[in-house]
Amino acid sequence: MSLSEEAIESAKDDALAAISSANSLDAIKEVKAAHVGDKSPIARANQQLGTLTPEERANFGKIIGQAKNVVMVALESRTRILEVERDARVLIEERVDVSIPARRRPKGGLHPLTILTNEICDLFLGMGYRVAEGPELEAEWLNFDALNMPPDHPARSMQDTFFVEPLDSHLVLRTHTSPVQVRTMLEEKPPIYVICPGRTYRADELDATHTPVFSQVEGLVIDKGITMADLKGTLDHFARSIFGPEVKTRLRSSFFPFTEPSAEVDFYFNGRWIEWGGCGMVNPKVLVACGIDPDIYSGFAFGMGLERTLMVRHGITDMHDIVEGDMRFSQSFGTGVK
Amino acid sequence: MKVPLSWLKEFIDIPSSLSVAELEEAFVSVGFEVEEIDEQGKDLTGPLVVGKVLTIEQVEGQKKPIRYVGLDCGETEVRYVICGATNFTVGDLVVVSLPGAVLPGGFAIAARQTYGHTSNGMICSARELALSEDHTGIIVLHEGVPGEDATALLQINDLVFDVAVNPDRGYALSIRGLARELAASLDLPFRDPAASVATDLYEINTSGVQVMIDDPTGASVIYIRTLAGFNPDSRSPLWMTRRIEKCGMRAISLAVDVTNYVMLELGQPLHAFDADQVAGSLHIRRADRESEFTTLDGQVRKLSSTNLLVADDVQALALAGTMGGLSSEVTGATTRLALEAARFDPITIAKNSRTHRLSSEASRRFERAVDPALASVASARAAGLLMELGGATYVGSATAGAVPAPESISFDPHFVSRLLGIPVSLQTVSDHLETVGCSIRIESESLWSVTPATWRGDILTPSDLVEEVGRLVGLNTIEGTLPIGGASSTLSPIQYRKRGVAQYLASLGFVEVYNYPFVSQEMVDTLGFTGARAASFKLANPMSDQEPLLRTHLLPGLLETAKRNLGRGAKDVAIFEIGSVFRDVAKLAHVSPVPTTSRPSAETIAEIYASVPPQPLFVGSVVTGSLDREGWWGSGRTFDWSDATNMALSIIELTGNTGTIVQSDLAPWHPGRCAEIQVAGKPVAHAGELHPRVLDALGLPARTCAFAVILSELPVLPSKSAKAIFTMPAATQDVSLIVEGSVPAAKVEAALVAGAGDLLESILLFDRYESLGDGKVSLAFTLTFRAADRTLTADEVTGYREAAVASASAECGAVVRA
Repeated sequence: MSLSEEAIESAKDDALAAISSANSLDAIKEVKAAHVGDKSPIARANQQLGTLTPEERANFGKIIGQAKNVVMVALESRTRILEVERDARVLIEERVDVSIPARRRPKGGLHPLTILTNEICDLFLGMGYRVAEGPELEAEWLNFDALNMPPDHPARSMQDTFFVEPLDSHLVLRTHTSPVQVRTMLEEKPPIYVICPGRTYRADELDATHTPVFSQVEGLVIDKGITMADLKGTLDHFARSIFGPEVKTRLRSSFFPFTEPSAEVDFYFNGRWIEWGGCGMVNPKVLVACGIDPDIYSGFAFGMGLERTLMVRHGITDMHDIVEGDMRFSQSFGTGVK
Repeated sequence: MKVPLSWLKEFIDIPSSLSVAELEEAFVSVGFEVEEIDEQGKDLTGPLVVGKVLTIEQVEGQKKPIRYVGLDCGETEVRYVICGATNFTVGDLVVVSLPGAVLPGGFAIAARQTYGHTSNGMICSARELALSEDHTGIIVLHEGVPGEDATALLQINDLVFDVAVNPDRGYALSIRGLARELAASLDLPFRDPAASVATDLYEINTSGVQVMIDDPTGASVIYIRTLAGFNPDSRSPLWMTRRIEKCGMRAISLAVDVTNYVMLELGQPLHAFDADQVAGSLHIRRADRESEFTTLDGQVRKLSSTNLLVADDVQALALAGTMGGLSSEVTGATTRLALEAARFDPITIAKNSRTHRLSSEASRRFERAVDPALASVASARAAGLLMELGGATYVGSATAGAVPAPESISFDPHFVSRLLGIPVSLQTVSDHLETVGCSIRIESESLWSVTPATWRGDILTPSDLVEEVGRLVGLNTIEGTLPIGGASSTLSPIQYRKRGVAQYLASLGFVEVYNYPFVSQEMVDTLGFTGARAASFKLANPMSDQEPLLRTHLLPGLLETAKRNLGRGAKDVAIFEIGSVFRDVAKLAHVSPVPTTSRPSAETIAEIYASVPPQPLFVGSVVTGSLDREGWWGSGRTFDWSDATNMALSIIELTGNTGTIVQSDLAPWHPGRCAEIQVAGKPVAHAGELHPRVLDALGLPARTCAFAVILSELPVLPSKSAKAIFTMPAATQDVSLIVEGSVPAAKVEAALVAGAGDLLESILLFDRYESLGDGKVSLAFTLTFRAADRTLTADEVTGYREAAVASASAECGAVVRA
């Protein structure tokens, strides 16, 4: 082929026509090879430049360069259009129904008592309390004697308390988490701020509202100048955090051997007063038994059942659901992650 | 304690403007919970009159006796009614509900045809009028005139409060005590019924039955009042029986009713002996060991030497403060009465009651402490009533012991404000203390000498006085404040660990459960527990005799719960529990009684602590079926022994520890599919598939898996120093080794690691193939090497690989697979 402007123009037009009629990325690849590849008319024309005079070379070089440039731009733009078309098609083909759940793993769950306990511990940690725990199989002295419940106290009867054989081992399944309070007072010097969650035992038959194995949380504060107003304020804060900001509490005078004065604490929830737990100012006799000077320090203690708290808060009507371990029960509460 | 409002009104002028709710609140605010309010007569309307029986005609041909009764109801005509009861005769007075009346339970009375007659009303039983549970016959009255309004005569309309009395307030188990509290709460004057009893009319002499307190630890004071000429046919008046019934007791006979009435009114239990059956004098003494005694209820009781008795010179007459004896019971022939009123020791009576499982109205009061000053007053009050109502005459009184003087308390009245956290004036303090019966001598502004009343034996310390003021001021007047709080704190490592492990398992699809720790011996045997896991503590008083043992492991509870879930239709079960176990393995210290009057010595405290067994904290899990389920995406995968092992190992690694797996055959796991995991050479976990025989025995599916990790055994590690992250390229080498099938893969891996040198970054077993036909297995590992400062050359890495293989050959007899 001889070099001529017409020939180059014609090769360019051929290329542009082929580009615009190419309908796939494969076709465009072929078009590219045929029209700008090594053996294409434009490439061959370029190879012939060396045989020309310098003037002709400059002239044809410019013409060929411009032609190639036009072809390359067309190629590029056509390729891009075809790529977009392909992407759109492929992505539509690959579309799936994402609404199908892929529950390969069943839903796990924490027992709601765990979630509630964590919530309460976190609340009190924030108020400067420590979380104290202790053994469930406990020395009678720590569970009773030190708490002003001498050996003849009615609560120490076999109807109420689980004893371990032989009886002179003086071991009981703790009837409350109060022995943890006693251990704390024996081990630490005031100021003491502790919250004591844990499993406790009383010989009640399992029914809709009772269980022989239950959970308690108790709080104990021993410091200088602690008053019953501090107790009331702490209970108010506790109740609001567990049951909602509108909740009120009331103290009713009551009796416990380990507190004096003693009170029951009720809270007002969903239009009625509900008994929540016991509380009071730590009986000086208990302080004395633990070596704390009641003339310098005073303190308060409170304790409530977590099952009852849970039942009221979540509308659980049957204790069996809490103790039987049916997976559906804990699953419905999830993991407590907020 | 049930208290009728009408009785309270005898001692307090309660304004009729007060609502039921206000009265309830008045009790509650001073510490007496109202358990129930019974508005008696509320559901009884219409004509209820006294009728006199004129004629009785037996209706023939009926299976049960049916009477056609003619009544004088104060009307011009005789009224005829049908009646099925037979406990009345002509001339008796009965209670008749006339047509138009509505009885409790919505039972409307109308004239009706029945048994061939027209019945124009109904003769009522006590139960039909909700007066008591008595339905053995109809009410026969001994008061009233025909036509009289029976609603008024029977004092049916009343308000009965059932008040809960705390165990330290024995005095409140009486109308006197509760009236005093209600008056204080309402700020109304209170008339003390004990104050109006003229005890000086009853002279102490030797004419009647005499008494001695042989055991002064059992009783502090006792009065015996002897009466003669008592008419055994005399009846209790309606006003008395109705009050007794409203308080939830039964009317029996005048002598018994009077003792009960005075007990309800004043709080002092009384016992009436047939004085003719008393041989010589009465003695308060302990029982002879192994002796026997028949109580009023006809039961023969075996006595122990801790039991306190009222005896005569010959024999036991009563289990003191608990129940009288059959031999000296007041009968229909009794004419001479000896009334006993004593102040027995509360603990002694509690033991009397508990050892014989005999809780009576009397023992309930004695256990909670009775006012010692009442013995004289109540016995005089009862004697007076028996003389007035039973025609008795006074013979004489005897007494022993004395009323102990209450100890006074040194009290700084400012302590009230200091402890309650609200300002309370000294005037208020002294007013309220006097209201509850204390007398005050003011030594100085900050030192009062306060003497409690005899009935307030529970007031012993300044804190007790604060409680009295506090409840009368109203604990609800206290405005809440918050204490400053301690130094801020965090969870302990083990508390973090518990939370982390629970959260981890729940996030992976496991469900947390809380099981009872009670286990049967059969379960222990089925699971094949031996050693520490068979060393159970046994409860002396278990809920169920089948399950007297405390768990030594979490598996028993988890297996039962897994079964329960399967029984309720679950296909796959993955549950876990975190909890303590109890193993009777440590030598425990034996503690003798330790006084609480001061802090025990350090040695004693250590001894008390050492009497409590260590209680390791476990996490345990049982899984049956799949955790990775099948679905539209394809098939699921059964949770197998390797998953269980992996879970246990992961939990250990969660705590930053490194576990080593060792082959184990610990029951109840499958002897060939149980991994023991050690940390620092100590076993801390077991995992794998459970023994087929155990699964069979428990009715659980084949291939059920379990794992358990002793969380409290895992060391708490110090925080780690950061490891440099190398960025040079890594080089990998695969090695394929053949070893005897008995060689654990973990051992081969350990040998490779040991030989590979410091630049080994990681190792992964990516293939295991055991069909070589000669008992050998092929294990293929990828070793990844990386240096901090350079790209490793092929020669270098080959050298490391060969060193690793050489180590595996030497340690495990491994040969490179061709």
